[in-house]
Amino acid sequence: MSDANSTHAVAHHAPPQGFIRKHVFSLDHKVIGLQYYGLALVAVFIAIFLSWLMRIHLVWPNSPIRGLHLLSAAGAPGDVMTPEYYLSILTMHGTLMVFFVLTNAPFAAFGNYFLPIQIGAEDMAFPRFNMMSFWLTFVAFCVLISAFFIPDGPPISGWTAYAPLSAVGGAAGPGLAYGQTLWGISIAIFCIASLLGSLNFIATTLDLRAKGMTMMRMPLCTWAWFITACIALLAFAVLLPACILLCLDRVAGTSFFIPSGLVINDQVLPHSGGSTLLWQHMFWFFGHPEVYIAILPAAGIVSHILINSLRRPLLSHKVVIGSMMAIAFLSYVVWGHHMFISGMNPFSSLAFSFPTLIITIPATILTLIWLGSIYGSRLRITSASLFALGFISLFVSGGVSGFFLAQPSIDIYLHATYFVVGHFHLVMGVAAIFGVFAGTYFWFPKMTGHMMNETLGKLHFWGTFIGAYCIFMPFHYLGMVGNVRRYSTFVDDYLQPYLGVHKFITIAALTTGAFQLIFLANLIYSRFKGPKAPVNPWECTSLEWTIPSPPPFDNFGGVHPVVYHDPYQYGIEGSTGDYVMQTDPANIVVERDEK
Amino acid sequence: MGKLFAVVVILIAIASAIPIFLHWYPMAPDISAHGHLIDEQMADTMAEAGFAFLAAQFLLGFFVFRFADRKDPGKIRTFPGGAKVMVAAAVILVGTEVLALGILGQRAWAGQYFTPPAPDAMTIQTQAGQFAFYFRYPGPDGKFGPQHPDKVNEGTQNYFGLDPANDVESRDDVVTAELGVPVNKEIRLLMHSKDVGHSFYVRELRVQQDFVPGLDLMVHFTATKPGKYEIVCTQLCGLGHYNMKAYMDVMSQEDFDAWMKQKISEQ
Repeated sequence: MSDANSTHAVAHHAPPQGFIRKHVFSLDHKVIGLQYYGLALVAVFIAIFLSWLMRIHLVWPNSPIRGLHLLSAAGAPGDVMTPEYYLSILTMHGTLMVFFVLTNAPFAAFGNYFLPIQIGAEDMAFPRFNMMSFWLTFVAFCVLISAFFIPDGPPISGWTAYAPLSAVGGAAGPGLAYGQTLWGISIAIFCIASLLGSLNFIATTLDLRAKGMTMMRMPLCTWAWFITACIALLAFAVLLPACILLCLDRVAGTSFFIPSGLVINDQVLPHSGGSTLLWQHMFWFFGHPEVYIAILPAAGIVSHILINSLRRPLLSHKVVIGSMMAIAFLSYVVWGHHMFISGMNPFSSLAFSFPTLIITIPATILTLIWLGSIYGSRLRITSASLFALGFISLFVSGGVSGFFLAQPSIDIYLHATYFVVGHFHLVMGVAAIFGVFAGTYFWFPKMTGHMMNETLGKLHFWGTFIGAYCIFMPFHYLGMVGNVRRYSTFVDDYLQPYLGVHKFITIAALTTGAFQLIFLANLIYSRFKGPKAPVNPWECTSLEWTIPSPPPFDNFGGVHPVVYHDPYQYGIEGSTGDYVMQTDPANIVVERDEK
Repeated sequence: MGKLFAVVVILIAIASAIPIFLHWYPMAPDISAHGHLIDEQMADTMAEAGFAFLAAQFLLGFFVFRFADRKDPGKIRTFPGGAKVMVAAAVILVGTEVLALGILGQRAWAGQYFTPPAPDAMTIQTQAGQFAFYFRYPGPDGKFGPQHPDKVNEGTQNYFGLDPANDVESRDDVVTAELGVPVNKEIRLLMHSKDVGHSFYVRELRVQQDFVPGLDLMVHFTATKPGKYEIVCTQLCGLGHYNMKAYMDVMSQEDFDAWMKQKISEQ
């Protein structure tokens, strides 16, 4: 790299001046990553609060929750939640979590911050698109949250917004007049933002890699973000038109999702010719890949952190990448397993069931590679590695219940029960969030220049790990007895004996939620009072640990890094200890898994 | 702390498995002719998934216990066979397991969905609307009168939109709020949605099927044990969803005939 080039780079990338350009409308991928993280943090605490309200209402349906009328006078007269407001909260909890937390935090936040650094780039390929995608996401968030403050209230059709309930308008129930339209607009904007973001990730990974950074030398989390960007590009491209068509049905009188002859309040609806299953197909064509949009980045982050804690590479870098690709590909041909009993052709249930079962194979390979790599390692226990190990445990627990739900015959019994709720919360919710926690404890020093408090981190881990099992394992048992989900109160005679289990879950949910306040306190405290972070506190090998904490504006100070090794040279005699940095030109006898 | 993690993971795995082993949360008792296939499939899957769950958690626990925070850092060792063993194990063990489950499981599915009901099955129609189920029996003529959406009127209890003045077949149709069926008699249940998506779920009957607006579907089943069972809606249909339910009353043939007679007199 010539000096002239480096000077050139510096000249072109002077840091912006002024608060607005620096911290608000910033083009810097690091600021945008932190903005995504901040937005996800706000969304997750709102969503936890909503889940508390739901859990309390489920077991004490007639008890007032003091102050609830402030949130919605109509939804909580006398502070007692109405059944419809329960559904509003349920919809908002699901939407916030799936879109604004599980898509934003592991993928958009960490990906934005670390993907360019890990491949040795100064920024994303399209910084302006990048800024646009965050601010569009922010607008989508505001539009969604505004549904709380309109008289109609948030929609009651769940995060899946099944038509025709979501399409026919206010006659079908509260929240379905304006709240549902806001939901549709919000998600459509979110889709545009995610499309821009994914394009940016793909272009950056393909075009901006530093000298020597071949694809196979990219860290596993970079691979995971790249693969996820490919999934997101195709998935959100289908949800976007679905949301536009839904909004057209609602406001322009079209009938994409509304068939003829529907009667509400003794009035025949003025629609004809639409298909309700079309919505389900379009939604789940996005919805199933979305599960992997949440879980693959978490798997990548966990792999990266695990390798660092194990002080050895995984058994095979290539097999892990191959498995992630196989999962990504299969995620497109399994959406129908959400629709086994939806009334679609029963033969297609079989066609969707087999690939769903086959996804177990790459998922098992990933798990076995993680487990087998622990064998013979020098595992260092930190908050980050605890969360990474917790992720493996939860990934397994949430994964095995997939065996049941992948089979249409068993789905006849378990569909729409708490078994499904337990399944996706463990694997998509808690496991993915464990990936985010692991990433936070691991990268916080790099992002802020301060170390996080490890004692609080470990306390947070134990509370969350045990708590998550206490909440979501019993969900499976309730599903086995046939406890139906999305009920605001359990009035079925059949379910009366199981209310005790629900009380246990509510108490576990309140406690586990409270443990998240420790995390929040740790974030804020460490940001300002944490000890100064060195350049490479975890003795990690990838590029982000070669630059100061926090990194300067253009990441590498105008110097273009050169990469000599694959990212996981641990457990060998290196120049600095038991590892060799990617940028270290030292000769290594064994190049593992490079080709 | 690695050892603590190992112990906690293994305790969680054992604690999670105990309620399953001891059948604390059994499936609803099966009262259908086809349900045993689903239940057997469930038991097989539970055995295989349970084994995979326990094996993986125990392995995680043991490895972390053994290799975390080693005082003597020792040499890094690689699992015998490395990645090849892992891939082979996953492909062979899990591959056979899921293929077996997939193939075996089709029997239960096929019995429900690919086999038509017997010609002498009794036909009943059910209609779901916000937030109630109604049932219609064709009466002595064995034919359902046509439905006219514009004639639907909750006030006059014309839930199905029938027009007996003009449609001869409608005149003897019997509409009920309860699904009365004779025991050991195959039922062909036609499903119609009045407004939005709903679902028909009877736990004991091992039947769950969505109502699709604009698309009339059919399920068939034989109830083998008299009694009253809850029919609940499992597709989110609006504010009253949690309370949308009806009862299925499985009766002996004599009781059913008497019940039907009474319903006819109430029309």
